[in-house]
Amino acid sequence: MNPKSLSLPETGTVRPVTLRLQDRLAAQLPKLVLAPTVIVTLVAVYGYMIWTGLLSLTSSRILPVWKFIGTDQYSKLLENDRWGVAVENLIIFGGLFILICLVLGVLMAILLDQKIRAEGALRTIYLYPMAISFIVTGTAWKWLLNPGLGLQKTIRDWGFESFTFDWLVNPDMVIYCLVIAAVWQSSGFVMALFLAGLRGVDQEMVKAAQLDGASMPMIYRRIILPCLKPVFFSAFVILSHIAIKSFDLVAALTGGGPGYSSDLPATFMYQHAFTRGQMGLGAASAMLMLGGVLAILVPYLYSELRSKKNG
Amino acid sequence: MVKPQQTLSQQLLRYGLYAILAVAALVYLLPLWVMLLTSLKDVEEIRSGTLLSLPGSINFDAWSKAWSGACTGSTCEGIAPFFANSFKIVIPAVLISTLIGALNGYVLSLWKFRGSELLFGAMLVGCFIPFQVILLPMARMLATLGLANTTTGLVAVHVTYGVAFTTLFFRNFYVGLPKELIAAARLDGAGFFFIFRRVVLPLSTPIIVVCVIWQFTQIWNDFLFGVVFSGSDTQPVTVALNNLVNTSFGGKEYNVDMAAALMAALPTLLVYVLAGKYFVRGLTAGAVKG
Amino acid sequence: MKTFKTCLTSIALSIACATASAGEVEVLHYWTSGGEAAAVNVLKQEMEAAGHTWTDFAVAGGGGESAMTVLKSRAISGNPPSAAQIKGLDIQEWGELGFLTSLDDVAAAGKWDSLLPPVVSDVMKYDGHYVAVPVNVHRVNWLWANPEAFKKAGVEIPTTWEEMIASGPKLKAAGIIPLAHGGQAWQDATTFEAIALAEGADFYRKAFVEHDEATLKGPTMVKVLTTFKQMRDLIDADSSGRDWNVATSMVINGQAAMQIMGDWAKGEFTAAGKEAGTDYVCVAAPGTAGMFTFNIDSLAMFTQSDDSRAQAQKDLAAMVMDPKFQETFNLNKGSIPARQGMDRTPFDACALASMDDFTLSAEKGTLVPSMAHGMSTSSRVQGAIYDVVTNYFNASDITAEQAAEKLARAVNASL
Repeated sequence: MNPKSLSLPETGTVRPVTLRLQDRLAAQLPKLVLAPTVIVTLVAVYGYMIWTGLLSLTSSRILPVWKFIGTDQYSKLLENDRWGVAVENLIIFGGLFILICLVLGVLMAILLDQKIRAEGALRTIYLYPMAISFIVTGTAWKWLLNPGLGLQKTIRDWGFESFTFDWLVNPDMVIYCLVIAAVWQSSGFVMALFLAGLRGVDQEMVKAAQLDGASMPMIYRRIILPCLKPVFFSAFVILSHIAIKSFDLVAALTGGGPGYSSDLPATFMYQHAFTRGQMGLGAASAMLMLGGVLAILVPYLYSELRSKKNG
Repeated sequence: MVKPQQTLSQQLLRYGLYAILAVAALVYLLPLWVMLLTSLKDVEEIRSGTLLSLPGSINFDAWSKAWSGACTGSTCEGIAPFFANSFKIVIPAVLISTLIGALNGYVLSLWKFRGSELLFGAMLVGCFIPFQVILLPMARMLATLGLANTTTGLVAVHVTYGVAFTTLFFRNFYVGLPKELIAAARLDGAGFFFIFRRVVLPLSTPIIVVCVIWQFTQIWNDFLFGVVFSGSDTQPVTVALNNLVNTSFGGKEYNVDMAAALMAALPTLLVYVLAGKYFVRGLTAGAVKG
Repeated sequence: MKTFKTCLTSIALSIACATASAGEVEVLHYWTSGGEAAAVNVLKQEMEAAGHTWTDFAVAGGGGESAMTVLKSRAISGNPPSAAQIKGLDIQEWGELGFLTSLDDVAAAGKWDSLLPPVVSDVMKYDGHYVAVPVNVHRVNWLWANPEAFKKAGVEIPTTWEEMIASGPKLKAAGIIPLAHGGQAWQDATTFEAIALAEGADFYRKAFVEHDEATLKGPTMVKVLTTFKQMRDLIDADSSGRDWNVATSMVINGQAAMQIMGDWAKGEFTAAGKEAGTDYVCVAAPGTAGMFTFNIDSLAMFTQSDDSRAQAQKDLAAMVMDPKFQETFNLNKGSIPARQGMDRTPFDACALASMDDFTLSAEKGTLVPSMAHGMSTSSRVQGAIYDVVTNYFNASDITAEQAAEKLARAVNASL
């Protein structure tokens, strides 16, 4: 903790006060504590973002080569059919995934919070999918969703001959398979987040409302859920993070297929930058992806953080 | 939440509740069940049987093979030797990132200063940077710092990109703490760290649990950083698992793959079971135990 | 006492000598499946017998995707491995960036120029210098067939694509999937390039080596694409995402009649205890008899700052070219040795046929680099072709003409 770091981002608030060094230090303590993270973030997030931005303006192939060619990579990207598919998929996938996880997470947390016997076991069951790497659960899901092996075959074997569930091999539906597997993996964690939140809700308030004769659904809607607003926020950020970075999932479950119908920006970017020797194009796709995501998220973050201040 | 005498409809509701939870549990368990069954079958049974058919006889050959005999690339020592590597990465990375996150969250919620919300927002952006983007600049940075392909370097990378999340968790949890608590302590002349240690930290159990679960899972299951930033003798278990799954001698041994995956997941599962206990109600600010 | 002392000194000396010449080689590769790993171990043991240290850096999976990522980050941090498994035109790219070291002295000592056929040595050279060493030559345009299945359906193993399409209904009537296929981009491309090759080596070269725009969108390409799409009728509905070896096992157990795949498929037949000629048949892909699509695996050598490592690296290069290693590796992998003048006796019928066709096709001018496996073009162009081909094969709303048009456009954009 270098005293220099004091004058970094928070210069505006440092006022010359004639206090003992110790007291001055104490006053700056919160900033000092935050400083290392701020510095590291500046370098490892913003620095690297700028680096990638510059890279996207070069003709780099297998490794960065700083020969600038303007915005050629971006125009190539926009003409690329596959990029269009990947972006469309991210919108469908991300939207459904976040929505379903939030709804399921809240519902399960509320249900689990009813003094359930075996709560511990159930909680672990809902949570465990997160524990297992998709390198292998991908295989299990591939089997389950494969029409010739999994659910379709099993149910047909039970006598329902016309049952069809072939989303995995259907280019128009395969993206929903990704949603199913992703929700399975992440909804338990969202449930845990909300459960932790519910356990933090002031029970006095709930009791007071009960004494006033409020019904349970009413209490949840009016008192408990509003208390969980910061949890919604955390969950949203985490789920967006997962959705944007869904890479293992695609690689393990569909490999982007059939064709490239289940491609996502993350797989597109990785493949172009690292496998196909199109680092410039890969960087451009990363920048567009980041730009798009931030365009949606920043207003949300801003309004969330502002309303906190006012509230 | 108080206990009135239960009416019939309430009782029915209760049964419905259990039914829903049980069905959900079954759905969640299905893939695990498939994996478990597969890991207990032999290769012939996997080829001839269906997904949900029970193994003829339970044998743990695949498990012992995955543990100590299966080939990951060109060495055939199973995944056992890689567990230690993973722990050497995960434990320090989880502890450091959780501690930093707790302190950051504490500052950002209870010791706000001008611009602190902005800094928080700026930090959150770090959650959205695709990890593939940072591989190359990070590799060069680590080389400059002399940390290329070391465990220390890998821990540093995990902490760097984990702190945004841990900060988010703690900040959003602390925002909900009663302000009076802190105000009172400050009036008593308690300092920054004293309040943190004596007042705030003891209230943080549920969020520490969530945070540790998240970080442990993320870092334990990480493949990309593990494969790129580790040295050839410090590879984590996910890299070994990937090599094992992609190493086949003639036919694919799905039973060994599944057994290896389940074993690799055991530490995380253990964390879930142990940590889950601390989700108990009533830890928050003077709330009465329900 | 005195003798003891001299003894100690001589031990110390010999250790010093050993460390002076012995170095470390770190080899980044994705040869992880059974036979390959066994073959790599042969190399490892030989290196260790020569007093060097072998650091194995195996990163399996995804056709080397992860391995390439690791390689790039190691290169950019100034710490590349001694050798890495890189092939085809990508060797040129790494050479252009100045990462590769010249092996000319090893090559001269080992007379590589006379041992390697020109098509192979060309791939191994950057700017006229050897920078990589070949381990094998794969033939990609093979058709693997289960004769039992054909007998059951009462059809002959096809020698043209028309025959193949015609055999479909009969095989299906006998309850057999005509063509085992895995719906992954590279497998689609492998089939596609075999169909293109049937239109002649000149057409193939114009399209996939020279990237001639008129050829890429011309009527012959439309015909190729039309035939390619007809393969859809021969494969089962669940092929999407299937691994190639799963498809091979469908041929092995008679569920499917044939598969178009490179000679690495042979390893699967061998592992299942099947005999070439009786249990399974290897013939050239329809319409490509006497032609040869090659795919060469190689180790590229990265410039090392340390002298002992550089020496170890040179020894490694020499050892890869050693007949013993080439024999073991290729017997395991199903391919044929890259160097000529090897003993033919240990190899089976398929490998021998491959060796003969390699020489013959080189004379006739029908020896062509594989597009699907990165031999004919850079990974950029290859990727662009993959995208168009796999999308056309899987989507229902694109005509062959549109696909040819897209192909020309995509190739142009990525050149």
